[in-house]
Amino acid sequence: MSLADYGFWILCATAVVLLAVQAVVNPTDFAQVLVFGVTQGSIYALVALGYTMVYGIIELINFAHGDVFTLGSYIGTALLGFFAVTEGTFNTLNLIALVVVFPVVMLIMGGINVAIERIAYRPLRNAPRLAPLITAIGMSFLLEGVMYFWKGAATVHFPDILPQNSVTIAGVFFGFKDVFVLVTAVILVSLLAVFINRTKLGKAMRATAQDRDAAQLMGIDINRTIAATFFIGALLAGAGGMIWGLYYNTIYFQLGFRTGLIAFTAAVFGGIGNIPGAALGGLLIGLIAAFSDNYIGSKWTQVVVFGILIGVLVFRPTGLLGMRVPER
Amino acid sequence: MSQAGTANRSPLRLFNLRERIRDRDAAVYGILLLGAILFPIVEIYATGGTADVSKATRAGTFVLLAIGLNVVVGFAGLLDLGYAAFFAIGAYTYALFASMQLGNSPAHHEFHVNFWIMIFVSMFVAAAFGAILGFPTLRLRGDYLAIVTLGFGEIVPQLFYNFDRWTGGINAIGLIDQPHLPVWIQGPWSGDGPFAFVTNFNFNTDPVAYYVLIVILITLAVILVSNLYKSRLGRAWMAIREDEVAAAAMGINTVTTKLLAFGIGASFSGFAGAYYAANVALVSPDNFLFIVSITVLVMVVLGGMGNISGAIVGALVLYYLVFVLIPGLPDYATSLAATLGLSSDLGSAIADATTRLNYIIYGLLLVAVMLLRPQGILPSRVREQELKHAAVQEDEAAVEMTHAG
Repeated sequence: MSLADYGFWILCATAVVLLAVQAVVNPTDFAQVLVFGVTQGSIYALVALGYTMVYGIIELINFAHGDVFTLGSYIGTALLGFFAVTEGTFNTLNLIALVVVFPVVMLIMGGINVAIERIAYRPLRNAPRLAPLITAIGMSFLLEGVMYFWKGAATVHFPDILPQNSVTIAGVFFGFKDVFVLVTAVILVSLLAVFINRTKLGKAMRATAQDRDAAQLMGIDINRTIAATFFIGALLAGAGGMIWGLYYNTIYFQLGFRTGLIAFTAAVFGGIGNIPGAALGGLLIGLIAAFSDNYIGSKWTQVVVFGILIGVLVFRPTGLLGMRVPER
Repeated sequence: MSQAGTANRSPLRLFNLRERIRDRDAAVYGILLLGAILFPIVEIYATGGTADVSKATRAGTFVLLAIGLNVVVGFAGLLDLGYAAFFAIGAYTYALFASMQLGNSPAHHEFHVNFWIMIFVSMFVAAAFGAILGFPTLRLRGDYLAIVTLGFGEIVPQLFYNFDRWTGGINAIGLIDQPHLPVWIQGPWSGDGPFAFVTNFNFNTDPVAYYVLIVILITLAVILVSNLYKSRLGRAWMAIREDEVAAAAMGINTVTTKLLAFGIGASFSGFAGAYYAANVALVSPDNFLFIVSITVLVMVVLGGMGNISGAIVGALVLYYLVFVLIPGLPDYATSLAATLGLSSDLGSAIADATTRLNYIIYGLLLVAVMLLRPQGILPSRVREQELKHAAVQEDEAAVEMTHAG
C-alpha cells in the first residue's frame, strides 16, 4: 500500500467513526437519515450506471445523460396525464397506469438516447477527442431546451400516485415509497447484471469496452453494441426519472444537471467503467449526501460531494472497485 | 496629432497584411487589430453612444479567458472543466481588497488597493490555486483531470456562497473600486484641451477606457502566449499533448511542464477576473458557474484548439451568438412581426416562443458546428497535419486550407 492508499483509508475511517458517534448519540435520527440516504442513493445508482457504461465503452463523459433522466420524468408526467389517476391515494387504475407508463417511458428514453448517439456521437468517433464532448454538452442544452419549451422554467408537478402507507418501527419512518424505490432499483440493477454477464450482447459490450479493435476483429458489430449500451443506459435513466418523479413529485427542467453531476461523481467514486462500482458508488453518494444534509448543513453538501470526488481521484484514482487501468 | 497617427497606422497595417497575407495568423491578427481600433470610432460616430463598446469589453474578458484556456487545453492537452473557478478566485481577490466588503467582515477593515497592483496579485493568487490543485492531480490520466477540475469548479462558487460573512455570499460584492490612471499619463490627449482625442480617460464613466485597457491586455497576452508557444516550454507542451510517455523518455519533466501549463492558464483567468470585477463593479458567485467554464471551453474548441488566433475568433463569434444574437432574437421576432403587420398579441406570442427556444438554438448550434467542423474555425497548422497523418476523415475545406497556406 502506498502513502496515498493510507491517506484514503484514514479519511474513510474518520468518516465512519464520526458517523458511529452520531449513531450512538441519536440512533433514531441516524436510522432515519440512513433510510433517506439509501432511497436517494438508489436513484443516483440508476443514473450513474448509464454514465459508467457509456464511459466504459467509448470514453465519453455523456453530459446529456442527466437530461435524459429528467426528460424521462417529463414524459412520465405527460403519459400519466392520459390516465385518470387519483392523486394522494392508490387504486387499481393507478396501478394499471404505473405498470403501463413505467416501461413505456423507459423504452422511449432508450430510443431517444440511441438517436442522440447516432446523430451526435457516432459521426465524431474518430474526431479530436473534445468534439464529442462538446456535442454532448450541446445535446444537454438541446434536451433542457425541449423541456423548457414544453413546460417553461417553473417546477412541474409529478402525479403522486403511489400508496401513502407507512410504518414506524422504533421511531423510524418507513414509507411505501422508500420501499418501492429501493426494490425497483434492486430489481433493475440485478437485471442489468444478469444481462451483462449472461447474454451474448452483454459479452459483446464487455469485449468492446476492453478493446474495441480486437472486438471488431472477432466479428462484433461495434455500432450495434455501442447503440445497445446507450439504449440500456437510457432505460435505467428513464426508470430513474420515473422513480424520482414518483418519490419527490416535483421536477424542473434543469434537474438533470445537478443530479447528473452527482451521479457522475458516484460513477467515478465506484470506479468509472465498473458496473457494480457505479451501483455501490450511487448508494454511497446518496448516503453521504443525506448525512451531510443532516449533520453538516445542506449548503455544504455540494462541497462535500465534490470534495469527495477530488479526494477519491487524488488518493485512489481507480475508484473503490476500479481495476488498475494501464496508461494509454 | 493623434488623429493623424491613427490615420497613418492603418495603411501601414494594410501594407503589412499584403506582405504577409500568406501567413494566416498574421492576417487574422491584422484584421482583428484593425477591427479593434476602428470599432469604437465607428460606433461613436455612427450611433453617438457606447453601448456596444461596453458589450465589446465583456467580450474582451472572454477573449482573455479563451487565450488562457487555450494554453491548458490546446497546447498542453489538459482538459480543464473548471476554468471559471480561477476566474472567480481572481475576481474575488480584487473585489475583496478593493471594496468596502472586508469592513463588514470579521476583519473589520476595508482595503482599497490600487487596481494596477491587484491585477497582478489576482493573477498570482489564481496561479497559486492552479498549482495547489494541479500538483496532486496532474499525474492522473487525462479524463480524471477533467473530472477533478469539474469538481473544483463546482466547489469554488459554493464556497463563496457559504463563507458569506467574508464574501457577502448571495448578496454579492458591489461598489468595487475602478482603476485610476496615474496623473502623469493623463497627457494632452485627455481632458478638454485642443488635442483631446480621448475626451476623458476615466474608468468611472467611460466604457471606452475599459475597451482600450482590454485591447492592450489582450495584445500583451497574445504576444506573451505566442512567445511561450514558440519556446522550449511550448514545444514540451505539444510533446506531452501528443505522447506523454515519449515526451518523458525525451527528458521532459512532465509534471513540472503540465503544472506550468495549468498555472499559466489559471493566471490568465485570475488576470481576467480582476479586470472583470473592476469593469462590472459587482461580483456574485452566480457569475462563475459551470456554464462559464463550458462557454470558454466551447470558445476554444470552436475556434480551433491550439491556435491563439483561433481562440480569439472563437471567443468573439461565440460571445456574439450567446450574449448578443440569441438573447436578441425575441426582439427581432417582435419587430419582424410588426413589419409583417401581425397583431401585437401574435407578435408577443412569437417573441415568447423565441425566448423559450433559446436553449434549443444554442444546443443545436453546438452540435451542428462540431459535426460540420470538428477541428474548429481556424485549426492550428500543427494539429491539422497530425489529423491528416492519423488518417482521420477531414473535410475538403480544411485540406484546401492547408495547401493554400
